[in-house]
Amino acid sequence: MRTPTTIKPLPDAVAGLVRDGDAVALEGFTHLIPFAAGHEVIRQGRRDLELIRMTPDLLYDQMIGMGCARKLVFSYGGNPGVGSLHRFRDAVEHGWPRPLELEEHSHAGMANRYAAGASDLPFAVMRGYAGTDLESRTTVRPITCPFTGERLTAVPALRPDVAIIHAQEADRRGNVQLWGIPGVQKEAVLAARRSLVTVERIVDELEPRPGGVVIPGWVVDAVAEAPGGAHPSYAHGITDRDNDAYREWDRISRDRDTFLAWMREHVLDTAGAAA
Amino acid sequence: MTEATTGEIQTVVAARLLRDARSVFIGVGRPSTAAILAREVHNPDLVLVYESGTIGAKPRRIPLSIGDGELAATADAVVSVPEMFNYWIGPGRIDVAFLGAAQVDRFANLNSTVIGDYDRPRTRLPGAGGAPEIASGCGEVVVIAPHTRRTFVEQLDFVTTVGHGDGSDPPVRERLGFRGRGPTAVITDLGVLEPDTRTRELTLTRVHPGVDAEQAVEQTGWPLAVADDLSTTEPPTEKELRALRALTSR
Repeated sequence: MRTPTTIKPLPDAVAGLVRDGDAVALEGFTHLIPFAAGHEVIRQGRRDLELIRMTPDLLYDQMIGMGCARKLVFSYGGNPGVGSLHRFRDAVEHGWPRPLELEEHSHAGMANRYAAGASDLPFAVMRGYAGTDLESRTTVRPITCPFTGERLTAVPALRPDVAIIHAQEADRRGNVQLWGIPGVQKEAVLAARRSLVTVERIVDELEPRPGGVVIPGWVVDAVAEAPGGAHPSYAHGITDRDNDAYREWDRISRDRDTFLAWMREHVLDTAGAAA
Repeated sequence: MTEATTGEIQTVVAARLLRDARSVFIGVGRPSTAAILAREVHNPDLVLVYESGTIGAKPRRIPLSIGDGELAATADAVVSVPEMFNYWIGPGRIDVAFLGAAQVDRFANLNSTVIGDYDRPRTRLPGAGGAPEIASGCGEVVVIAPHTRRTFVEQLDFVTTVGHGDGSDPPVRERLGFRGRGPTAVITDLGVLEPDTRTRELTLTRVHPGVDAEQAVEQTGWPLAVADDLSTTEPPTEKELRALRALTSR
């Protein structure tokens, strides 16, 4: 049984839900990436996390570079449209600041793994991986369709300890609505044992939006208000993607000391949710 | 107007391939520029599909990421990632997919995972993303890559995405149950490579204006076959070039 959703300050919500060694999924496919929550995890000094995310993006580059992660489960580790994620590469290529175990999939595989987790099924069935070197390097198995005999691929369900997402709005009972590119956030929340949603704003009543995805409050453990909490990603209709920040990250993240200085100034020395 | 650069020619050639397509699946960079150009110049009804879930996006500017707000705001439909792969890409609803890669081999198999050994990589690349299932599910695949020996290699360090396997019969795509025809063209900044109809080996069928076959052979890491009826790419028209430059400066 889940306890009723509570709306609380971001530091309290993160402290209550994220523990050392957890498998944590912070989702948001280019859009609605929960940066504020991820930064709070860094500030609280969480360690040995298994970080799960289709597209690690700048946020996991930062968490990996700050030494939060033991393992990364992912499908595309690049800075979209810009190039490499340098902290991710440094961890994989040189073990800095610590070695990073990898479990990598394709996007289709990750999406289906979340869907299986949300369905409380042990695995999902799909066409994919066949003929690639990924097949022997990751957690997939061939499976034969019991009806047609077709050879398909089974991917294991993802069941994160915690899912963290960002959305535009929640009401006072913790019902959440997001719109624009929906990514895989609903699946991540439903697949996880615990969940936290940060929102741009708390409203009295959710107003239905075209393409809006509503996640009922009773499947969410905590909601925290974090205006601008997706920056430099964005919240459709409220903020814009800060493409310059994504370009600038390439320079900041190339060098370990420049990276650490940036993190100190922009993440560690800030006051949390209000920052 | 100044003469077209090799990069511009590459984009223009890619855009022309979409003249009769109903839909195209694209990532960011040159593929995206080519698809937007195709919609503006050749095929106004072309449906642009981005991995982020935007179907029928109508961007006026070149997006930096596949999830830029303009794509969602102008799309006919915006769907979740599981839906994109399970309902749209997997069943083969998309005609053409543009893919890039760090390494391409002679059968148009692609590597976007690592350079060097997987466990001790010299260069860790971003990884598969959507490519393996995009390449198996979409009607056909067009690869867009810079023509250098670093990219066109004898042996991939990692097979991220299957093109035509080892070229043997029965075709690997049939054996693996793939829906689509696989790579039908590789567009580089020097010319166009197409799989031979019999051997499926990439063959230089066209060179861009000012390029000779020898240059392409020189920049390929295997002995590149050159078609007997090698032709030269029709140079970009003024209309194409004007539209492309307007787009890239927007």
